[in-house]
Amino acid sequence: MSRIWIHGGRVLDPGAGLDARLDVLLEDGRVAAVGDDLAPVGAERVDAAGCWVAPGLVDLHTHLREPGQEYKEDIASGGRAAAAGGFTAVACMANTDPVNDDPSVTDFILDRARQDAPVRVYPVAAATRGLRGETMTEMAALAAAGAVAFSDDGRTIMDSGVMRRVLEYSRLVGAPVIVHAEDRTLVGEGVVNEGPVSTRLGLPGNPAVAETVCVARDLMLAEATGAHLHVGHVSTAGAVELIRAARARGVHVTAEVTPHHLTLTDEATLGYDTNTKMAPPLRSAADVRACRAALADGTLDAVATDHAPHAVHEKEVDFAEAPNGIIGLETAIPVALDLVRAGEISPLEWVRRMSSNPARILNRPGGRLAAGAPADVVVIDPERRWTYDPAKGFSKSRNSPWAGQPLVGRAVVTIVAGRLVYHVDRGVLA
Amino acid sequence: MMGRDLLGIEDLDREHIERILETAKHMQEVGRRDVKKVPTLRGRTIINLFFEPSTRTRTSFEIAGKRLSADVVNFSASSSSLTKAETILDTAKTLDAMDADAVVVRHKVAGVPKRIADALAAPVINAGDGAHEHPTQALLDLLTVWEEKGRVDGLSVTIVGDVLHSRVARSNIYGFQKLGAEVRVAAPPTMIPAGVESLGVKVFTSLREALDGADVVMVLRIQHERLQGAYVPSIREYAATFGVDRAKLRFAKDDAIVMHPGPINRGVELSHDLADRRPGVVLDQVRNGVALRMAVLYLYAGRRDPRPGGDA
Amino acid sequence: MANDSAVEPHGRTARGEQAPRERVVLDDVGIRRALVRIAHEVVERNEDLHGLYVVGIPNGGVPLARQLAEALREITGIEVAVGILDTTLYRDDLTGSGERPPLRRTEMPSAVDDRIVVLVDDVFSTGRTVRAAMDALMDFGRPRAVQVVALVDRGHRELPIKIDYVGKNIPTSRHERVVLRGREGSLEGPLEVVVHDEGGRAR
Repeated sequence: MSRIWIHGGRVLDPGAGLDARLDVLLEDGRVAAVGDDLAPVGAERVDAAGCWVAPGLVDLHTHLREPGQEYKEDIASGGRAAAAGGFTAVACMANTDPVNDDPSVTDFILDRARQDAPVRVYPVAAATRGLRGETMTEMAALAAAGAVAFSDDGRTIMDSGVMRRVLEYSRLVGAPVIVHAEDRTLVGEGVVNEGPVSTRLGLPGNPAVAETVCVARDLMLAEATGAHLHVGHVSTAGAVELIRAARARGVHVTAEVTPHHLTLTDEATLGYDTNTKMAPPLRSAADVRACRAALADGTLDAVATDHAPHAVHEKEVDFAEAPNGIIGLETAIPVALDLVRAGEISPLEWVRRMSSNPARILNRPGGRLAAGAPADVVVIDPERRWTYDPAKGFSKSRNSPWAGQPLVGRAVVTIVAGRLVYHVDRGVLA
Repeated sequence: MMGRDLLGIEDLDREHIERILETAKHMQEVGRRDVKKVPTLRGRTIINLFFEPSTRTRTSFEIAGKRLSADVVNFSASSSSLTKAETILDTAKTLDAMDADAVVVRHKVAGVPKRIADALAAPVINAGDGAHEHPTQALLDLLTVWEEKGRVDGLSVTIVGDVLHSRVARSNIYGFQKLGAEVRVAAPPTMIPAGVESLGVKVFTSLREALDGADVVMVLRIQHERLQGAYVPSIREYAATFGVDRAKLRFAKDDAIVMHPGPINRGVELSHDLADRRPGVVLDQVRNGVALRMAVLYLYAGRRDPRPGGDA
Repeated sequence: MANDSAVEPHGRTARGEQAPRERVVLDDVGIRRALVRIAHEVVERNEDLHGLYVVGIPNGGVPLARQLAEALREITGIEVAVGILDTTLYRDDLTGSGERPPLRRTEMPSAVDDRIVVLVDDVFSTGRTVRAAMDALMDFGRPRAVQVVALVDRGHRELPIKIDYVGKNIPTSRHERVVLRGREGSLEGPLEVVVHDEGGRAR
């Protein structure tokens, strides 16, 4: 019988619409009670004074790189980074080596996770074999093996006929199809957002229409097929408008946005730092404003990190050669809190976007603190000042634009299934 | 105080540009002597680090360095261990270990000279990076115009061609504007970079309108290997709409000069006639290139930082 | 290493204060007289004035070379060749991370081969400027002889260079600066030589 008593914090439970100073009692892996001044006997006490107590954050979009690229990250290190970032569950994408397009790979991932990961790991399987965009994967078998969604993330299914069948077939298992919406023929050789910044930098531009054209197509197909389309890492105002309009028409679409697309513009690339290079690229100030407003009004349902580790030597090459992506699990809280600090969203709604909505999109338990819910909890100190040094972080990789920067806000305690897996002063304890 | 590196015109102010041009004028005199050599950079090592092949620019820097009595060493991408896999950092550290007094870098991807400069104690000169900047080209273009016209202030300069992919265009846009000229660009719509108006230039898709009143017509090379069909439907159509010849030059001022950074696709972007005869001044540009690069090496070489990585 | 022939802002230090102690050691009239006297010495020493090439070292040596050539013309009726030779590219102190000194004009309209080159410098001190000028000269050709005119010799020789014709010897201490400048701010107008005492401050 293991009990944890989280005392004196501001409880934020979007499921119950609760934002109040309350205690939370966890017992045997479940939430036992949420109430005033519980004083349980024999419970491990967690002092949450000055902190928020929320359901554990759920990251819809990470790359754990295992199997095949363990030098960048593996399920163990990625899991530790997640715990340190306040996440109790992460969904990991299929662009591993081999690709997760077969139940054997899904099994492998879940097996490693069970052994080594301090947080829950939900595999996202490929939508097409080998991510080649030609033939659908065996979605039923993959779902049975534990896949929670399907995605060719990293690539886009360019053949609209194939995309239509993928969406139609996904209804068999009722899982979302997560898209990386970038029309390859419009992206061309683009490596930064096309605009005055790409002109000044002298680097090939990746235009906003590469995203909006693809999102428009996918929304039309989702509408026609009735499937659940989830748009990954939205970055443009155009995509936001399309999603808003489609949802108003009743299309079953959900969408996510990354912390970096909410806070950094393409001007961050002006020093050619490859730790500002990712797909989709950082966009204009107007795009960032539109994404922030959309997260606040719910058009964008969730924040997802798109945690994409790459080794130092891979990023230390010229800008065009460098692989896309940055890590983000350990910095998601302080960076995303910018919207709360700016008064654009309330803490409760912020928690909904970071926890409840992602869980709901993946059809997993989580995102609630009511009695009976799984004991996945994060205690966040929204005012805590710290300097992020990726060399001292839990991820194997260091490719972050916030390296060396002072940040505000941090997870202080992370609890998964009733076990304390992370404490800010003691590290990962699993 | 001049910075340690010459990475682009965007970072220079007018005073620095004028200083480089004035120095280049004096270096022109050295080029007119019988013994075209001065001992100024004797014992200094200049490394030409060219990741992209280039005979013209590299030779120009080599002659410039040798006229100043420097030891010039050429590293070209194919002949050394500079593969894609070797990181920029490793390359920079190797150069530092050789105590170079200046490193001249050319690369097909923008930003590499800056990354090298950040990791090096030696001064870095950008000889062209992607579509970003080619500062010594713009400076020699400014020198040429200054000599022909006696000034740059108040002139109207029209840049014609594939501005989208051109570092020469960008550097010249910055350079001519800083010295007080009005700059226009003329190109097919597919070759105008996004947001280029934000650099202060007027954009034209009609060559005739763009040339109206121009004192200087700067013609860019069109790379037909890469672009035919993709950005313009054919070379023939490009030559007809944007190729500069004596007939089209009538729209510019009577005493307008015509420039080209080379190499020229004769008969495509520039007629044979203007490539060889006035008011085309291409050979003057080349001659000025050596003097200009001597000036740059004189002003920048040897000014190492006490420790690598440069100023904070 | 300061270039002693730099023209200083009139009477003020770089910090804009009134120069601590400044005295004019040679005024415009004195300069002209000295050059006329030197011209006579040059004539006396050199048989063939047609082979002469008077070359001024910028900045101060330029107006002095012109005046010397004029004086020679008045005395002999012969128009001697005049040139300007900047020595900056031949200096021995262009090291370190500081800014490089600006280049000055070089105009050598006549050939140097087989000529008697009369180098004209304004203030002669260590001898390094003349050494650099000779190196530059040798790159232009092979003079038959080189003779050195210095308007002022202030002492502190560091190289074994001889001055053939001196305007005035002015012994100075190391913390004094000796400068030829235009009295009205330009070297084209009346000239003067001034000694600044920088009050014993080390340079």
